[in-house]
Amino acid sequence: MGGLITRRRALLAGLGAVGGLALTRDWSDMPPTYGNILRMGDDLTYAAFRMLPRQRLVKEYTLADISSMPAHGIIDAAAADRTQRVEEYGRLLDGGFTEWRLSVEGRVATPKTFSLDELKRLPSRTQITRHVCEEGWSAIAQWTGVPLRTVLETAGILATAKAVVLYSYDDWVMSIDLADALHPQTLLAYGMNSRALPVPHGAPVRLRLETQLGQRSLKYLQRIVVKDEFDDGGANGDLQNGWAWYMGI
Amino acid sequence: MAPGAHAATASRSTGHALWVRIAHGIVTASVLTLVFSGVEILMVHPRLYWGEVGNDLTPAWIELPISRNYKHGGWSTPVPFFDNPAGPVSASTSYRIFNHNAWGRSLHFLAAWGMLLPGAAYLLIGIFGGHIRRHVWPRSRELAARRILRDVVDHIYFRIPAAAGGPHYGVLQKTSYVLVIFVAAPMMLLSGLTMAPAFTGAFPFLLDVFGGYQSARTIHFLTFVSLTLFVCVHVAMVIASGFRRQIRGMTVGE
Repeated sequence: MGGLITRRRALLAGLGAVGGLALTRDWSDMPPTYGNILRMGDDLTYAAFRMLPRQRLVKEYTLADISSMPAHGIIDAAAADRTQRVEEYGRLLDGGFTEWRLSVEGRVATPKTFSLDELKRLPSRTQITRHVCEEGWSAIAQWTGVPLRTVLETAGILATAKAVVLYSYDDWVMSIDLADALHPQTLLAYGMNSRALPVPHGAPVRLRLETQLGQRSLKYLQRIVVKDEFDDGGANGDLQNGWAWYMGI
Repeated sequence: MAPGAHAATASRSTGHALWVRIAHGIVTASVLTLVFSGVEILMVHPRLYWGEVGNDLTPAWIELPISRNYKHGGWSTPVPFFDNPAGPVSASTSYRIFNHNAWGRSLHFLAAWGMLLPGAAYLLIGIFGGHIRRHVWPRSRELAARRILRDVVDHIYFRIPAAAGGPHYGVLQKTSYVLVIFVAAPMMLLSGLTMAPAFTGAFPFLLDVFGGYQSARTIHFLTFVSLTLFVCVHVAMVIASGFRRQIRGMTVGE
């Protein structure tokens, strides 16, 4: 029986050590859902996943794997109840996006705006990856774009920065942490399946965030703001629309 | 421990140990929540596929008639991505589907943590404290063909002995517990994690283990079906072997 008690003691000591580790952890980098009972599981998942090996590449596929892909949440510049920003998108679309500009601002050394041609002149990356919708469906497509990391480094992202907030023409706001923003496969994509990104899939430029669900690969990008803290996006963010903040699962 | 000591404890103890009862309570609550939220998540896209890819524009392995999304109507005219008109296409949805995933997913993952943490504690205490070896894992003499056959025949004729309300399990019962604890539960966890892009980003080999994202999703569903069948039989056996006694044994523990 002696052996059993020793094992139990060792087990308790081990559990105690894990608990102590959790208590001494810095919780200031917890997502904006921290403290919400329903999102407690998502926060735990986020904390656990951030302990996994980082910067590994997600699986890439071959040209033969490219599949059909549905488009959801499509901007409608002709909608009767369109916002001013959607109306502006319609004008840019009519002009072939030559007037489109992506603004990169906030906690960067030199705020910048990029035209579509300027983005295309930056070093590009082409990847064939799987898009996974929170609904449960998946599709494989080829994406071409400039790594978000390159754009952030061009603007001189500051050392204190903790979040990258993205705004879209269809009035969505979302923030991602730097682990995802600086991931080598996180792209500002302007090409899909060797052609210009079509409107249903987010023209002229959408985010490709391969480490999270498809919903977070924001379409119709308009503005990028680097911040020192996470941003829940307010009324146009995922949280106030009932979604989780972290969708790596 | 003396050879006779075990038999003496077994006849004395009627209920389950406190830690087993606590783990069973939390796991029961988590399983019910997982089933509820899991079915809700499935209702949003009730089509199952094999391989890496599956969506409304590709054929399904099966379609479950569990929501109006089963009919998945309302798509724009498909536009081919490449010059080959028979190749992959893009089509836009023009149909608002049933989708309560905003809370369904968060509830599912919350319940999954509620399953994982007590589940891990149960495994650690059960393996290192000897509970699994003493009460759950079938002994070699129980695995004799004659004994298994007798247990099968007893179940077929529904000869269920009144239970003591504590751990004293038959060989089929032990085998089903072992399958649930060591096969189905880890399968559920791993196939679930294989659907998480951040997790397969860190461990891409999981996609090959399950044969792709959609295969993992289908295996997650099939394992859910087997576990639900287990729970039905489990509850039926609890009722058949003395419901009040069994419930007392697993709650107040006497």
